[in-house]
Amino acid sequence: MWREHKHVFSISNVFKLKESKRAVNSIRSLVEEEDEEDDVEKVSWSGEPVGSISWSVKETESSIRSTGEVRDQSFPKIHTAPSLPKNSSGYSLSSLFKEHSEKLLTSLILYLLDCRWSVHDDVILLWQDYVSDWTPEETVKRMQQGKVYSLEKFRSLQDKLLLLDEAVNAHDGNVITAVLIYLKKSLSKEILFRELITREIALRHYIHYLKEIGEQKLLLMQYRDHLNVRDENKRRDFLKNCLSFPFSPDDATHVQDHYTLLERQIIIEANDKQVESSGQADIFKKYPRKASILNMPIITTLYYSCFYHYGESDGTFSSPANIRKTFRISDKQFLLTCLGARAKLKAWFDVDALFTTKNWLGYTKKRSPIGFHRIVDILQKNNAPVQVLQDYVNLVEDVEQKISLAQKYKCHDVIINTYRDLKDRQQLIVYRGKVERSSSEYRKIEEILSNSVRW
Amino acid sequence: MSAHLSYGRVNLNILREAARKELREFLDKCAGSKAIVWDEYLTGPFGLIAQYSLLKEHEVEKMFTLKGGRLPAADVKNIIFFVRPRLELMDIIAENVISEDKMHSPRDFHILFVPRRSMLCEQRLKEQGVLGSFINIDEYILDLIPYDGDLLSMESEGAFRECYLESDQTSLYHTAKGLMTLQALYGTIPQIFGKGECARHVANMMLRMKREFAGSQTQILPVFDSLLLLDRNIDLLTPLATQLTYEGLIDEVYGITNGYAKLPPEKFAAQKKQGEVGKDLPTEPKKMQLNSAEELYAEIRDKNFNAIGAALSKKAKIISAAFEERHNAKTVGEIKQFVSQLPHMQAARSSLANHTSIAELIKDITSEKNSLYSFSFHVQLTTLHSSFIYLFYLYLTRQVTSEAFFDNLTVEQEFMTGVDTDKVNTYIEDCIAQKDPLIKILRLVCMQSVCNNGLKQKILDYYKREILQTYGYEHMLTLNNLEKTGLLKPQTSTRNNYPTIRKTLKLWMEDANEQNPNDISYVYSGYAPLSIRLTQVLARPGWRSIEEVLKMLPGPHFEERQQLPAGLHKKRQQGENRTTLVFFLGGVTYAEVAALRFLSQMEDGGTEYIIATTKLINGTSWIKSLMDRPEAP
Repeated sequence: MWREHKHVFSISNVFKLKESKRAVNSIRSLVEEEDEEDDVEKVSWSGEPVGSISWSVKETESSIRSTGEVRDQSFPKIHTAPSLPKNSSGYSLSSLFKEHSEKLLTSLILYLLDCRWSVHDDVILLWQDYVSDWTPEETVKRMQQGKVYSLEKFRSLQDKLLLLDEAVNAHDGNVITAVLIYLKKSLSKEILFRELITREIALRHYIHYLKEIGEQKLLLMQYRDHLNVRDENKRRDFLKNCLSFPFSPDDATHVQDHYTLLERQIIIEANDKQVESSGQADIFKKYPRKASILNMPIITTLYYSCFYHYGESDGTFSSPANIRKTFRISDKQFLLTCLGARAKLKAWFDVDALFTTKNWLGYTKKRSPIGFHRIVDILQKNNAPVQVLQDYVNLVEDVEQKISLAQKYKCHDVIINTYRDLKDRQQLIVYRGKVERSSSEYRKIEEILSNSVRW
Repeated sequence: MSAHLSYGRVNLNILREAARKELREFLDKCAGSKAIVWDEYLTGPFGLIAQYSLLKEHEVEKMFTLKGGRLPAADVKNIIFFVRPRLELMDIIAENVISEDKMHSPRDFHILFVPRRSMLCEQRLKEQGVLGSFINIDEYILDLIPYDGDLLSMESEGAFRECYLESDQTSLYHTAKGLMTLQALYGTIPQIFGKGECARHVANMMLRMKREFAGSQTQILPVFDSLLLLDRNIDLLTPLATQLTYEGLIDEVYGITNGYAKLPPEKFAAQKKQGEVGKDLPTEPKKMQLNSAEELYAEIRDKNFNAIGAALSKKAKIISAAFEERHNAKTVGEIKQFVSQLPHMQAARSSLANHTSIAELIKDITSEKNSLYSFSFHVQLTTLHSSFIYLFYLYLTRQVTSEAFFDNLTVEQEFMTGVDTDKVNTYIEDCIAQKDPLIKILRLVCMQSVCNNGLKQKILDYYKREILQTYGYEHMLTLNNLEKTGLLKPQTSTRNNYPTIRKTLKLWMEDANEQNPNDISYVYSGYAPLSIRLTQVLARPGWRSIEEVLKMLPGPHFEERQQLPAGLHKKRQQGENRTTLVFFLGGVTYAEVAALRFLSQMEDGGTEYIIATTKLINGTSWIKSLMDRPEAP
């Protein structure tokens, strides 16, 4: 950046001796008038910072201010930038400043940068030599003391992390935040998040910072990292950590559910594994578990629960009713999942119970939140016997649909009864031709057709 | 192998030749025998530029795939790595180089970065201590690759995600660079039109680059009259719809990568050895190159699938008639002529057989009724399994797929015509309950959202919950990505402007003629792609007529002119067509390409189109590129 400025304003054109001396003097007088600690407070800056150093200064400054620390006056401020007209100079700047204090030097450089002026190479080198000696400890210390510092020299990931760890060790929220802001600017989000997983304190500060500046989207990136955690217990803990993030209300619910789900899966898995290996429960003997339930979606977990834990009391974590309630599963989804699981086990009685409702007179009636034609399809896919199928085909309201389903799944009784009820003699005769002569269906049709009272 | 590139309005072979020349030059830099170690991803795009024969001419004797560990033995002087600038690849290369040094004869190492070299990668090689081992480190700028006679692609899968999700505009820079290369070869394009944020960026970059190179004006008569830059996000709807052209369906069902499709082998085996099928069915998918070099394919690929049967049978008649000609050949001269045509005819016949097989494969999946032929095919299969139940099973599953395809299409068309887009769709609900592939669900939900200009919060929440509960909470990230790109969004205003857009641009045509189309809407059997309508209107009567609709679509629309050097102004002949290059930033579908080709061929169209894009996409590949962790671990 510095070099870029240089070819815009070359030093010999802009920084001319006479005026430069005056400028230097004016700064010096400002600096030297006061004590080491207080002098800088009187200097104020104007204009946009252009160099990377002044940037880092500005950033820290604002972060400190936002958190209301007392040290918010710790940076040099100059009231008005004196205009420095052109003059010619053969002096080397570095020689000019060598004897001056560090504070003067840095003030001057920052001032020059601030005026969008180029700085002589020598000065830059001097400055670079100077700051590059600072270790992470020193830098953090300087930051805490409110002295001028530079984070730019921490270039490699390793250096940056050392700096971060040092900042965390210092327990100074402002310093941690300042370092995090620098890391956020200079690292890709993925890498930063990856590193933050293992640094919880830094992570908390970062989350807080993101919350302050309202960057919701970044939080999800953080959440995404749970995918990289293999061990289920660690993954659970990681998700638990995520719970306190200021997600949007929507996302917060999902993350909460995700955590609760994994927490339960871990309990269920441990329990069932033990039960299965001890050979106590018939269901596991008859249908050994094919895979672990860990990290499965909630609907799959519900299916599992309907398969292995049907009929458990509402109080247990693994009972279908409890899962349904906890995860607010819709009636349709619950019914479909439950139906799938019980039909797979050929537990037709359970299937029946799913649809049975009692009205206030005590009569039972079959009801379903989804059309009975869909129920029939699902049962058929699970190889339900015709006796079971036809009960549900009968419940299909649309007559045409009922007949076509009955034909598809060979529910002769339903077809014959429907035609009989429709008094469709013609269709009955047609259908008689389709069934075998020796079958009971054939006899049934004959019987109906020959019953003269009916027609 | 590349003749088909020069048949078009613009000879794209020039571009290919330029790319080949550069490749040759690099190869010659590394004197002596060579082996190339390939980043596997690059072989596809390179295949569009050069065959092995070219490499062989330049002493490439061996080719390997980049893998960790020790390089395979090869008695060559040079080892050249062709890689993308990726850090993980650098580590592999370093491993190769380090384990190499321990062996006897020293070989020279070179790296060719495609499409750009990167400081970061070189730094990594330095850290690994191998940077010094390389004699040449070069870059091979592969921006726009000629894909077909009228089609250029950057083959950059991530472009849409980078531009619209991650706000990384590197691919736009590459686009601008590619367009500059194009202008260097085909002359300055006098007019630039555009719509969308990214289009604006690219145009700005082009204009700036032109200023910077002001000294080196190309003295080439411009081939293109205008350039139209279109952002993909001005038309999010089109890629979500199922393409119904022949080529589009091949892409939807089997996927076309770098111009190749991988097809299930059964049908192709059956035709080779009739009678003894089943002895050894090939298990490897059949890889077929699909481009206009194949005469029949060029003829049929852009037709609506419903017109394919007729086209193929017509072709079959022509070919058998040609074979029958042999009976009429009486004189030696006639026989000689017949024989000379034989290779061509045989090629035509095998091409016909191939496409009949592909068409059947697709038909099995898409059409409601199963043809007798495919039934007999399965009878053949059953001899394998000697089980009638298996036959019945196959029959059933196939029927299920075709029903699903039909139902899916019906719902898409309902959405596109604006039917019940503001309600929870029961078909989508059912698909979720059946655990259909997530991408299919996302395509439909996004489509509903786009056609309703956002979904009511309650409906959006409902879909989201169902999806997360059924497919896993981690897909929250994917849903979030879709929201960021605008594919899925809550309704912000009560006003849904999609119907206005649909009516003004005539996006839905009731009586789309699939057999003899008279409008671009045939490519989606009724839906005319928005992007192509914009292109069509721009050519005639001009965008001024649709200002209002343009304002409803995101991003600015603009027109720029580029000064031509004196004496290079083209004088158009009476009745000569204009040539427009349409660049789709973020991807284009085969159906859209088909629609533009249809416009080029219209008799009174007045404009011919060359198409360029960052990547050829379909709804599935597109949504996949936006997913986080598309494959669950």
